[in-house]
Amino acid sequence: MKKDWPLWEVFIRSKSGLSHKHVGSLHATDEVMAIENARDVYTRRNEGVSIWVVESKYITASDPDDSDPFFEPAKDKVYRHPTFYDVPDEIKHM
Amino acid sequence: MIFKYLLQLGDNALILGHRLGEWCGHAPELEIDMALTNIALDLTGQARNLFQRAAEIEGKGRTEDDIAYLRDAWDFRNVLLVEQPNEDFAFTIVRQFFFDTFNYYAHQELTKSKDEWLAGFAAKSLKEITYHLRFSSEWMLRLGDGTELSHQKLQTALDELWMYHGELVQPNEVDLELAKSGVGVDLEKIKPLFNEKIEEVLSKATLNIPTDTWMQSGGKDGKHSEHLGYILADMQFLQRAYPGVEW
Repeated sequence: MKKDWPLWEVFIRSKSGLSHKHVGSLHATDEVMAIENARDVYTRRNEGVSIWVVESKYITASDPDDSDPFFEPAKDKVYRHPTFYDVPDEIKHM
Repeated sequence: MIFKYLLQLGDNALILGHRLGEWCGHAPELEIDMALTNIALDLTGQARNLFQRAAEIEGKGRTEDDIAYLRDAWDFRNVLLVEQPNEDFAFTIVRQFFFDTFNYYAHQELTKSKDEWLAGFAAKSLKEITYHLRFSSEWMLRLGDGTELSHQKLQTALDELWMYHGELVQPNEVDLELAKSGVGVDLEKIKPLFNEKIEEVLSKATLNIPTDTWMQSGGKDGKHSEHLGYILADMQFLQRAYPGVEW
């Protein structure tokens, strides 16, 4: 039975204004059931105000073997971080 | 009289909550396991509120626990439907669908109750119940209009449980009196809505609607099937064997 139920990835927005965040996955036969299952499995403790689900097969992930050429080059390029500016005191929330 | 009415509402919630709790760890899928136990917890929570209020109104110093654990079968006021065994997932869904449909319309009416506490309670519970009805209706459609096997299992469950659904909207003395005073639900008023919703979902689910009109009743007046005794044995054992024990 389990084999017949596709896997879905679940994203929850914890409150208005924040973005949806990946929280886990679950099994469901279609998108309606996936949303309901997500509600029952992932929002029982007041975790969210909005749910997105997407069937796992539609997610394309980067290959772990590519991590050197993908991510290594960014590690020594500190000048890409916007940390070399003097921020005036009046500017809040930086 | 309102004390008895609160027990009718509360016992339905408590006993069905207990039945759903029996699925914990046994449901066909992890996701369904959580869905059913979520509903069980909602119902148990509703029962607690109702028993607390009942105890307060009774004014004899009893607590919600005394009402839940120290009454015997003949003092329970739940309808026969909710004490019927889980059997399989199809039975559980049909039982739930009948109950949720009733509960939904009943609580919608109760939000207009002349009793302020009941109106407030109903408004709060209605949000939970609306989701319960959505869950059970969806599963009626999925199973009924699903595979040949799921259809056949659901039809069997429907045929078996059909005779228990009438009691939900069949008023007893308590119902009649509280409807008259505007505190309780006028069951005559919600009966057509209840029947219409059931017919709508059953037809959408491609099920044959049973034509039997004879209905079981008596639960609301304390006349129960043998199943209730077993439920109470499970539920009450600890408090009976070790009175007042806490953990």
